[in-house]
Amino acid sequence: MSNFNIGNKSYLPALKPLAMNLLRSRLTFSLVILLIVVVQNIITTPTFFNISITNGFISGYIPNILDEASELVIVTLGMTLVIAVSGGVDISVGAIMAISAAFCGMLLNGAEYRTDVFHSPYILALFFGLLGGALCGAFNGFLVSVLKIQPMIATLILFTAGRSIAKQITFGQTIYIMNPQYKWLGVQIPGVPVRTTIIVAIVIIALVVLFTKLTSFGLYVQSVGINGSASRLVGLNSRVITFMAFVICGILAGVAGLVGSSGVGSVNSGELGLAIEMDAILAVALGGNLLSGGKFSIAGSVIGAYTIQAITTTLYAMSVRADQLNVFKAVIIIMIIVASSDVFKERIKKLSRKKSSKSMPVGGQINEGQ
Amino acid sequence: MKDNKKSAMVSPDFLIKRKALSNAMVLLLITISLYVLLYVISSVMFVDSNFSKYSVFFNLFNNKAYLLMLALGLTVVMITGSIDISVGGVTGLISMVIATMLMKSGVSAIWSIPVALGIGIAFGIVQGFLVAYMEIQPFIVTLSGMFFARGMISVISTQSVPITDKLFMSWSSAKVYIPFLYNARRNGTSDVAYLTPAAIAAILVLIILIIVLKKTKFGRSLYAVGGNPQSALLMGINVKRIKFMAHVLCGLLAGIGGLLFTLLSPSGNPGNGYGYEIDAISSSVIGGIMLSGGLGLPIGTLFGVLINALIERVVPLLGIVEASWPRIITSAFLFVFIVLQSVFAGAGKKGGFKLLRPEWMRFRSRK
Repeated sequence: MSNFNIGNKSYLPALKPLAMNLLRSRLTFSLVILLIVVVQNIITTPTFFNISITNGFISGYIPNILDEASELVIVTLGMTLVIAVSGGVDISVGAIMAISAAFCGMLLNGAEYRTDVFHSPYILALFFGLLGGALCGAFNGFLVSVLKIQPMIATLILFTAGRSIAKQITFGQTIYIMNPQYKWLGVQIPGVPVRTTIIVAIVIIALVVLFTKLTSFGLYVQSVGINGSASRLVGLNSRVITFMAFVICGILAGVAGLVGSSGVGSVNSGELGLAIEMDAILAVALGGNLLSGGKFSIAGSVIGAYTIQAITTTLYAMSVRADQLNVFKAVIIIMIIVASSDVFKERIKKLSRKKSSKSMPVGGQINEGQ
Repeated sequence: MKDNKKSAMVSPDFLIKRKALSNAMVLLLITISLYVLLYVISSVMFVDSNFSKYSVFFNLFNNKAYLLMLALGLTVVMITGSIDISVGGVTGLISMVIATMLMKSGVSAIWSIPVALGIGIAFGIVQGFLVAYMEIQPFIVTLSGMFFARGMISVISTQSVPITDKLFMSWSSAKVYIPFLYNARRNGTSDVAYLTPAAIAAILVLIILIIVLKKTKFGRSLYAVGGNPQSALLMGINVKRIKFMAHVLCGLLAGIGGLLFTLLSPSGNPGNGYGYEIDAISSSVIGGIMLSGGLGLPIGTLFGVLINALIERVVPLLGIVEASWPRIITSAFLFVFIVLQSVFAGAGKKGGFKLLRPEWMRFRSRK
């Protein structure tokens, strides 16, 4: 008995730091969730890993999830920065998507609601779409950084008005862009076997990672998010950094809007990116980022976004209707958030401590007896 | 009295401070004067649409009784520094449950009241527990609550369920005429102002809530928790419990709101209550409730709701048929108020910006 105890003790020090690190790392948590979803999928649908080439591009479960998640991933990246820098959320991203798509669509279409030819160069229209997104982001950023308004309330303005503004830009109607070139961004560039959305998402992820890691912007964002006034005393211009984070979020939402509208070949301001802000916030939370700001992990957010899309696709595959999806989503999210909450972790720790403290005296007595 | 005067004479600064309006009062005054201004302007601009009639004024209450309830719920949680965005979903869910219950199960209409309140309180308890005791962000918790409620609506039914229950319809169409308040029509009949039972219930709840927030220990604790949770804790207030209770109260008010909404439009529709949480939040913010907590008066929420209702009524008269314009205009108002709030909050910290009350508005202290 005592031998066993000693042997056990000699194992523990080696294993404990690794296990504790894994437990502490917030990334692990989202990875585990993703793993659970994938395993569940493998059990229910054996064809999960099958990849085939149909209609000239790669299709299958996994490419599908990657494709459908790309809008969410792009929006989530911007949301991550905003949450990290301000400790609040930007609920206007869906509306910004609609606005930037409306800008782009109006330039391409002229004043017609349905055309086959572009009325202006595609690149110019894309640029103006992004500019629209950046303007919206700048508006939000101005309210938050200069006027010191809570981000959720500041973005509430564009959240309520954004779709209506987009509708006014498109003269109150859904516009259709029939030129096949328009679908390059959201569906496929001829000859490339991978959907463009996946490529766009990867490029954007790479850009954001490079921007936050190569420059000190990422560090500054964390510093402002942890303590804005302290970082101002250190010499950071926390206003500019907050403003920049919101502008970046706006631009990324604009990219997502362009991708989304290109995917369906039309600009429908009422439908584009509807309720995506909710999914994006959840993705950030799932990725293990604190919603109160501060440290952030781009990798976590990306994994969170793909996890949410995987959950959605899985539920669809289980023949859950689109409108009933929300019930399952809500329950799953609450379970995940509760399990990852600090209070819950402390309870679990206390419980395990109690168990170990109960078992310890027993072992000690045996040792003493011998 | 004498002592008071003496001290006032000795330190005039103290006197000025006591006579200055608090930030909450200034915001409230701005809201009220804006509402009056809007009403007067619209009654001058649109003489034909009878803004000077009593009935038009009271119809604002009748049409937005449910929104008043939702906004008051949000007022309570916003005062504690939390938020609840599930109220719209709860409203929709309640209307759908009541419709299904009355039409498919044939239960008596009286049961709709406990069912509505029960659903609201259940949402409040679960969300309050998660927010207060599990310390999860209220936004995420109530977001999931909204998802859950919206999903449950379509689980119950994906088609609209009109209510034809006799008792329920008699509540819905009942009118309480207000004596002495009528305008003569051209054909000799008179247009008497009336309130629906829903509006009367909403006004009663508003009065109760004003008293609770102003006079009771619970109400003052709400402000203390919202203003500074740490010092509230040091004062001996059970912060977690107060937060929990605020969410339960918000759930209860959302339950009442759902019932009143069903009385206003008696049918269970999958799209019911969509976006109402945003209407309620913007009403509260326009009414002068600070989202950062600790500041705001429920009477302001009433005027926020009334401004919302007025905009919805006036904008079509401007000749804009497009449904998207009321939202843009409401947002513009929201923008103005948010900027005002931020200006006041910033100035309040420095202690620089305070309005002196005019002589007739000064309350004399009795001590």
